[in-house]
Amino acid sequence: MELLFFYLVALIAVISGFLVVKCQSPVNSAISLVMTFFCLAVFYVMLHAPFMAAIQILVYAGAIMVLILFVIMLLNLGAEANKRYAHSVAGGALAGVVVLLMVFYFLRQGEATGMKGPISTELIAQIGHTELIGRTMLTDFLLPFEIASILLLVAIVGAIVLAKKEV
Amino acid sequence: MSPTVYHYLTLSAILFSMGTIGVLTRRNAIVIFMCIELMLNAVNLSFIALSRHLGNLDGQIFVFFVMAVAAAEAAVGLALMITFFRNRESIEVDDINLLKW
Amino acid sequence: MYSYDYLWLIPFFPLLGAIINGFLGKKIKSEKVIGGLGTLAIAGSFAVSCFYFFQLLNDPQKVHQQVIGSWMSVGRLQVDWGFLLDPLSALMILIVSGVGSLIHLYSIGYMHGEEGFYRFFSYLNLFCFSMLMLVLGNNALVMFIGWEGVGLCSYLLIGYYFHKKSAGDAAKKAFVVNRVGDFGFLLGLFLLFWTLGSDHGVWTLNFVEIAANAHLLGAGSAVVTIVTLCFFIGATGKSAQIPLYTWLPDAMEGPTPVSALIHAATMVTAGVYMIGRMNVLFFMAPSTMMVVAIVGAATALFAATIGLAQNDIKRVLAYSTVSQLGYMFLAMGVGAFTAGIFHLMTHAFFKACLFLGSGSVIHAMHHGLHHAHSHDDPQDMRNMGGLRKKMPITYITFLVSAIAIAGIPGFSAFFSKDEILWFAFASPQGSPWLWAVGACAAGLTAFYMFRLVHMTFHGAQRTAAKARDHIHESPLVITIPLMVLGLLAVVGGYVGIPHVIGNALGHIPNYLDNFLHPVFGATQAQAHGAASTEVSLMVVSVALAVIGILLASWMYLWQPELPGKFVANFKGAYRTIHNKWYVDEIYDAMFINPTKRLGTFLWKGFDVQVIDGIVNGTGKVINAFSKGLRFTQSGFVHNYAMTMVVGMVVIVAFFLFR
Repeated sequence: MELLFFYLVALIAVISGFLVVKCQSPVNSAISLVMTFFCLAVFYVMLHAPFMAAIQILVYAGAIMVLILFVIMLLNLGAEANKRYAHSVAGGALAGVVVLLMVFYFLRQGEATGMKGPISTELIAQIGHTELIGRTMLTDFLLPFEIASILLLVAIVGAIVLAKKEV
Repeated sequence: MSPTVYHYLTLSAILFSMGTIGVLTRRNAIVIFMCIELMLNAVNLSFIALSRHLGNLDGQIFVFFVMAVAAAEAAVGLALMITFFRNRESIEVDDINLLKW
Repeated sequence: MYSYDYLWLIPFFPLLGAIINGFLGKKIKSEKVIGGLGTLAIAGSFAVSCFYFFQLLNDPQKVHQQVIGSWMSVGRLQVDWGFLLDPLSALMILIVSGVGSLIHLYSIGYMHGEEGFYRFFSYLNLFCFSMLMLVLGNNALVMFIGWEGVGLCSYLLIGYYFHKKSAGDAAKKAFVVNRVGDFGFLLGLFLLFWTLGSDHGVWTLNFVEIAANAHLLGAGSAVVTIVTLCFFIGATGKSAQIPLYTWLPDAMEGPTPVSALIHAATMVTAGVYMIGRMNVLFFMAPSTMMVVAIVGAATALFAATIGLAQNDIKRVLAYSTVSQLGYMFLAMGVGAFTAGIFHLMTHAFFKACLFLGSGSVIHAMHHGLHHAHSHDDPQDMRNMGGLRKKMPITYITFLVSAIAIAGIPGFSAFFSKDEILWFAFASPQGSPWLWAVGACAAGLTAFYMFRLVHMTFHGAQRTAAKARDHIHESPLVITIPLMVLGLLAVVGGYVGIPHVIGNALGHIPNYLDNFLHPVFGATQAQAHGAASTEVSLMVVSVALAVIGILLASWMYLWQPELPGKFVANFKGAYRTIHNKWYVDEIYDAMFINPTKRLGTFLWKGFDVQVIDGIVNGTGKVINAFSKGLRFTQSGFVHNYAMTMVVGMVVIVAFFLFR
């Protein structure tokens, strides 16, 4: 049952992912991408990571995609000119397929060992996913966490400086 | 029966390849940018799947940082696109070819 | 007890003068200040030298060293900035600073109005500093600094009129020829240091320690012979002996005071001094001593013959200097170290006086010719003649010095030259042949010196009529040094009266012999012969000198048409001598032209073709590659992204399938 549900959602994710690449209009691409994000959020829930699912929707589908849509509409972009589209499809597709084949080969060759760490379904149910993430983040990964915040600050400043009309 | 880690990794590989194809074939900078987001999300999926499989939270923390970087990238990348559009009336990457011989 | 703590002042004064004049001279401008400063600096050295000289006379201990600091300390090589005062160096500093002071004074007058007056005095002071370091250094490296320093100053001063090509060429020639000698000196130094150190455990460059340990090398051993031969090569370069004498005549391109100070009185005697300083080593190498004596005698005769047929007043004196230096080496070679140093001293007096006198003449000639707008050569004796009445003081001092160099009894060179000839005859290393060559050279010396005197000061005036009236005696600042040096040229010899004469006159001791005894006592050769032999040899050599003088007077004074006939009859011989035996041409053909050809080959063949070919070829290959490669820089983002993906695939595939 769960597997069937997985296949269904996976199919939706792949189709919408394909549409992201395929659609002529950037707006359509963006909508498809949001769809993919939702599918991924579903997978996160299935993987017992509800906090990640939540921020997937909040950050990606909410913040980043809205920003992208804003820019698309701000610049009033239409579909790209057709004559320029098929320029290097063959090469790009070939490269993509090669990557795919290689990863498949990789998956078949290797074996996921499944070394069990301390995090189990019961633990997550007992303590709560958010709290577990928060604890790890603010103990073991405190320094990267702070650095990430500085990175975001720099990005904000950079974006303002770049997008400002007059320096 | 529930999906194994191989299912997730296979799906992640498919999404990643599609993102790659998109990056290599599209000319609209914003679409390319979205394809990159797609690739990042494919990687995120495998991170979380493996994190679950290994019973370890580190993978999920990593996803968190990937999201932070993606957000920063979105801010700066879109600002660059706006600037470029102002100068060239276009965001086709084929128009950005000043950096040649 | 006597203290010797201020020895360093002796070289310090000229160094200070050189620095002040060199760096501030352009601003000072006033010739009186610059010249006064330069003269005062060297006069200060002279005062200190006198003080220490007389102190040393009374001091029972004759060897003093003062170390003012360590220079370098590398492993076993310990070198100090140290000074050595013994009778030899005391005498040398007295000569250098004394003659130097007089020549500085003279230069104020001679160089008056020259461009770069301050430069001249700065170099001159620097020269005095180097020379004093050379003679005062207590180890071979400090001596080497002086050795190279005087070479440098010689180069700078010969090329003083650097806008003249001949002066620049002469300076280069002097420097390059000196380098050949310096190379020998250095090789000898290395060999000595290494042999004494590695074979006998005495790592030293200090002269006193070398002298004390020299016996370890073994008398007559191959090492000592090679070391001393190397030193002698150095000496032939600096002191203008065969085969490296050719630079000295050309060095006359420099101003006359330079010729007097550097190329007559002091620097060229450095080789003689060096052999004197190393006398213990040379004493142990009889083969080298023989070489030194033969080279010295040969140079004395050879240079004297060239001097017979030169018309440039300074060139005659230059060849005379080479010849007299040959005498000094002859003395050193037969073991008569004292006699060599004695001749060095008297030669410094009379040759400096001769050069300064010739400078005075040239000064006057130049002045006269300048007024007459004539382009005659002011140094050519054929344009002079009859200057006796115009320049009485110059004439008298010049004549006195000429008599002295000719070896007439009672004048200084008589004593020194006859002592050398006596030792050449009678010392264990000597032989009648050496004496005969020396005596012949003495006769020739008398001849060409009086030829010079007659052509310049006697006979008819050959100067252009317009210029004659403007020739007059030089100012006092020029004539005072002339008078002092003329006086010294007469009386300078009385410090070293030979025993045979001293005994005859009533037990007058040979002061110089006694004074230098602490240095040369152990190595000085003893002449074996009867007093009657010595006296008869003296008579012969004096007779030769008188014959030379009379011959010169006959040919150039009483029968002025004779030289022309003589030249006409012996054309080949005259031309050979006039062209200096074609030695310069032979050297050109043997060494210089092959070297030039090799240089041209290396330049055009090797450097241009091979080296440049490799360099340019590398550039061309890279250029060709980058021309092809730059098309990968298409400027299209997709190409770059594609490259990235391909690279990633390749790397992952490598790790996957390896």
